[in-house]
Amino acid sequence: MELVCPAGSLNAFKAAVENGADAVYMGFKDETNARHFAGLNFNDKAAQKALTLAREKGVKLFIAINTFANSENWSKWQQAADYAVELGADAIIAADNAVLEHVAKNHPQQNLHLSVQASATNAGALSFYKRHFNIKRAVLPRVLSLPQVEALADSSPVELEVFAFGSLCVMAEGRCYLSSYLTGESPNTVGACSPAKYVSWENKGDELNARLNGALIDCYSKEENAAYPTLCKGRFKALGKQFNVLEEPTSLNTMDILPRLHSAGVKALKIEGRQRSPAYVGQVVKVWRQAIDHYMANQDAFTVDEKWRSQLLEVSEGSQTTIGAYERDWQ
Amino acid sequence: MKLTLAPIPFYWPKQTVLDFYQQAQSWPVDRICLGETVCSKRREMRTEDWLDIARQLQAAGKEVAISTLALVEAESELKAIRSLCEQSDITVEANDLSAAEYLYQNGKAFTGGPFLNIYNVETLKLLAQDGLSRWTLPVELGQKELSDLLADIKREQLNIKTEVMVHGYLPLALSARCFTARAVDRPKDACKKVCIEYPTGIPVDSREDQRLFNLNGIQTQSGLILDLLAELPTLADMGVDAVRVVPSQPDMSEIIHTYARALSGETGLASPASSASYCNGYWYGKEGMASL
Repeated sequence: MELVCPAGSLNAFKAAVENGADAVYMGFKDETNARHFAGLNFNDKAAQKALTLAREKGVKLFIAINTFANSENWSKWQQAADYAVELGADAIIAADNAVLEHVAKNHPQQNLHLSVQASATNAGALSFYKRHFNIKRAVLPRVLSLPQVEALADSSPVELEVFAFGSLCVMAEGRCYLSSYLTGESPNTVGACSPAKYVSWENKGDELNARLNGALIDCYSKEENAAYPTLCKGRFKALGKQFNVLEEPTSLNTMDILPRLHSAGVKALKIEGRQRSPAYVGQVVKVWRQAIDHYMANQDAFTVDEKWRSQLLEVSEGSQTTIGAYERDWQ
Repeated sequence: MKLTLAPIPFYWPKQTVLDFYQQAQSWPVDRICLGETVCSKRREMRTEDWLDIARQLQAAGKEVAISTLALVEAESELKAIRSLCEQSDITVEANDLSAAEYLYQNGKAFTGGPFLNIYNVETLKLLAQDGLSRWTLPVELGQKELSDLLADIKREQLNIKTEVMVHGYLPLALSARCFTARAVDRPKDACKKVCIEYPTGIPVDSREDQRLFNLNGIQTQSGLILDLLAELPTLADMGVDAVRVVPSQPDMSEIIHTYARALSGETGLASPASSASYCNGYWYGKEGMASL
């Protein structure tokens, strides 16, 4: 199973490579990728350096161009795709039909992976992408249960990559406009969810208010750890109660189901977190490398080492993890 | 410009649904799209029931389409979509590319609902080759993007009609998780289809009582209802083929008639109140919840 790791900077890229990534994915410094945050991502020079590093270490380089192109700036997406090909990316991860078509038509030898942002959750949708663009792999949205992943691995026309660890998107990726409903900008259109420029913090003595474009997403007492106001993780009111109406701040961790993902035939495990620090990437990649290697050597007697669990918990959002939608109880 | 009655997004009792479409037969709407688009566990109406209503509406002179489930996860759901795409009586409105793929395989022309990610003309070209004859603008896009896309469609000479949602709770997100069940402390597997008790969803407010969202099972809708009544002349001038009214409450008669009057040229009308206040921000390229 391939361990696919995130890099939002050259230092994170190094951390991923040094700690055992099989492949590292990254994006360019513009709205063509779904982690378009200030100070993140790669210009031409950094991308070249990353490539050199990847080649030295025998690690694959994937480039995410996974937002949806608009008419006005279509050339940006074309140029990003052409540059990724020119650079020699081992795969381009794309979601938009326009980008996929551009690569399939102009660079037919280029390996294409379907991004999670394409929101393909079933064999019918995957067949569409296979027929049109000859995609080699698809990254599955974090909405399928483990039995559904297993069934899809059986019927899928392409190999599958699933999310193993990181932030938990509670909505089907690529089909969530919550962010643009509050701010005008969404992952699909500008490559960012709950963009930082709309975030404001208000210190009210005993309380800290977190707002997104003016809307109160959460309010923390002194005893609580304040989290970034990703809007689906806010505390709101419904039916007279105040609670995390959509989702608690928590991270996805699938280490417990590693054996089943492997026997299902899942080809790659993805670590989320291009917006994370090099230290975070290094730590998470190192633990997952150990877990995968340990599993491959002891397939019949795999157990999750408590040390790995605690090392991952240290860096997890809200210091808690869940198997998410893979487990029916969570749904 | 035509008036389309979009599928009911909520879970209503079978009799409510039958009564609703009984009325709709006499409403001044040209097109009616119907079917369960949100959750396959909602079984008051079976596929056959939807097809029956569709045939009746067709006989009453309406152009009809059966709209498919948007988030397709289970094999059983995929199978149901496949068989829907094999029948020949009623046009299918695809809300997932699985439906588009099966319709292509069966050589059937189809239409596209708001859940397909169509952000550019390249995507429209591909889908048109596969048989797409009508598409719906994604709800987070506004006048600027619509205008660009309509110009692109014309330039590329695509034989494809454009539809725009003008009324209803905006479908903002889909999840594996059922938020209605969560709000009443039930796991999804034991939801007992509690969403039937909330015919216009469960409103979600910030702690400062700002209306943010509306929970509809696995779907998160906008807290405010889209209303583009005032933009109908502009939409018609731009070359939009049909405007889409999504039911925002069981009694849609007044709202439908107001839209029909506006379409026939009457001016100075205001949308009658529905189950929440109105918004229109996306149209102006702003946050969707804005009211401008």
